[in-house]
Amino acid sequence: MKVIDIINGASLFRLKRAVILGVKSLWMHKLRSMLTAMGIVFGVCSVIAMLAIGEGASYEAQQQIKDLGSQNVILESVKPTNNTTAGEQERSLILEYGLTYHDILQMQATVPGVEVTVPSREVKDFLWNRTNSVDGVVLGTVSWYPKMKNRDVLRGRFFTELEMASSAPVCVLTQSLARQLFPLDEPVGLTVRMRTSYFRVIGVIEDDPAVAAAAEGMEGTSQSSGEGMEMMVPMSTLKDHFGDVLFKYRSGSFEAVKVELHEVTVRIEDPDQVKPAAQAIQHILERNHKDVDYKMTVPLDLLQRAERTKQIFNIVLGSIAAISLLVGGIGIMNIMLATVTERTREIGIRRALGAKKKDIVTQFLIETVMLSGAGGLLGVALGIAIPVIITHFAGMKTVIEFWAPAMAFSISVMTGVLFGIYPAFRAADMNPVEALRHE
Amino acid sequence: MSRRPDTDPVIELRGVEKHYTMGEFTVKALQKVNLKIYPGDYISILGPSGGGKSTMLNILGCLDQPTIGEYFLSGSDVSQLSDNDLSKVRGKELGFIFQSYNLIQQLTVVENIEVPLYYQGVSEKESREIAVELATKVGLGTRLDHRPNELSGGQQQRVAIARALSCDPAVILADEATGNLDSKSGSDILRIFDELNAEGKTLIMITHDEAMAERTPRVIRLKDGEVAFDTYDQPD
Repeated sequence: MKVIDIINGASLFRLKRAVILGVKSLWMHKLRSMLTAMGIVFGVCSVIAMLAIGEGASYEAQQQIKDLGSQNVILESVKPTNNTTAGEQERSLILEYGLTYHDILQMQATVPGVEVTVPSREVKDFLWNRTNSVDGVVLGTVSWYPKMKNRDVLRGRFFTELEMASSAPVCVLTQSLARQLFPLDEPVGLTVRMRTSYFRVIGVIEDDPAVAAAAEGMEGTSQSSGEGMEMMVPMSTLKDHFGDVLFKYRSGSFEAVKVELHEVTVRIEDPDQVKPAAQAIQHILERNHKDVDYKMTVPLDLLQRAERTKQIFNIVLGSIAAISLLVGGIGIMNIMLATVTERTREIGIRRALGAKKKDIVTQFLIETVMLSGAGGLLGVALGIAIPVIITHFAGMKTVIEFWAPAMAFSISVMTGVLFGIYPAFRAADMNPVEALRHE
Repeated sequence: MSRRPDTDPVIELRGVEKHYTMGEFTVKALQKVNLKIYPGDYISILGPSGGGKSTMLNILGCLDQPTIGEYFLSGSDVSQLSDNDLSKVRGKELGFIFQSYNLIQQLTVVENIEVPLYYQGVSEKESREIAVELATKVGLGTRLDHRPNELSGGQQQRVAIARALSCDPAVILADEATGNLDSKSGSDILRIFDELNAEGKTLIMITHDEAMAERTPRVIRLKDGEVAFDTYDQPD
């Protein structure tokens, strides 16, 4: 008897009758059927729910990394922590550290595949619109900054290379800065003051996605911090107005800092070259900066690491799923074997009345598949409900991928078939004479 | 005394033997059985316990196959058929009536009658019509949707009769059909058998009840696995 025979034997009309019969037989032992299906329900439900939670967590992390740009290498200036060398030096009033133009020129000259570099430098201070002030940051950068950082200009425009060359006093505000500084006005065309300099607003750019995401997490409290309150001006304009050395008078102490560049984003032409290029850049920086006064971030690295983590997570999840479905399947098999023994007489009667072996196999297989299928459906429903509830009450992001419920359900049905085959064949192989005599 | 009809037999056993091996011993449950059963026969097969009645029923009912010999049912040899074909023959050519009714508990009266039709592949509509008609014929027209456990023994046995008739079989086999019934229900069932035989059905009753022998025109007695008496073999 082959599987194909069983399928052929079950024409549509017979299938319908067999399903009705299956429902009746299962209904005779409601509690038993329900408990048996429970094994599958929890297996399927836990798989979908865990997958949704894991997917949600890694989705957020990956999105943030992707926003940084997978072809980019991001370099930041960092204030050195232990100043052993600075102590030996002549005590200077000015603390000098960070990335320099020299680094950029060297990278462009020696590292193959470096496409564009986006340098930026920042000055922190209060930004004014008449009497309205915001604790913000002036960011000196280049005209291709929005394109490189994947940030859209929402209103007006970004500054041009010509404005860079001429050190034009123009600026672009981030969305949240514009909202704070000009709560009632359209900012484009108006001016912003910082210290003694005035800048004409020519555009509004969207917030840094990472900052925006963080702000969303803690609504209401975010606006007071300086995060994301950026005003972008041409690099040359920043230098003209504020010089090379930055002075800070905050909280009673005086500090003078000289940083040429706060951040450099290097874009590598070929995605495959990102890793070697990042290594080359690392070498240049190691040679130029004896103190580690920079930080290098390779989003591609982070992304790959995140993906690897997710892979491991998926393997763990897969094993848990397999185990739970295995347990469920064994439960089903156990009950079906008991059912077959209990219904030996019925099997004998059916055989006497003309049922072939394959009819008996079909009958019992349909019952197990219905058990596991019903369990699977219920599991899918619960598995979708649980992440929704978690998102609603705990605020955790969850992602239910369309294939997860479909996969979990089909695996549950397959479990039914797999664990139903043995009991079904055992039923079919019974000797009709003995089955009829069975009490 | 009844005479052997001139028509072709519906069942013919030629030299049938059934042996069971129990350890080192071989038990011969049936020996050298030659038997012809004709359409319209109404037969009691009698014998003491251990005389081979059950084995005879199993062989005649195609539930088991003879160790030696040939069994012709409606003209074709069924002693060498595969399990699959044997199932088909059982459903189509034979109707079973058991001592303990053997109805399927989770099915209603109509559905129980439909079971053999289902395995023969009869369409749902047609099988429902046949089942309702037969249920009405055995007097259960008002209880179509009852479950077996809601019926008396006599009623259950009538469902079993309707079920045995559903595929219009060549032969109906009844195994101690009245054994579990009180005398009134039992005689009701026997009356139905009489009517069926009057309609031309072939009935074989397997029983240990001597009273049955007086009811049926033909009596076959088994003793130690052999046919010890057959009405048709007696001189007039």
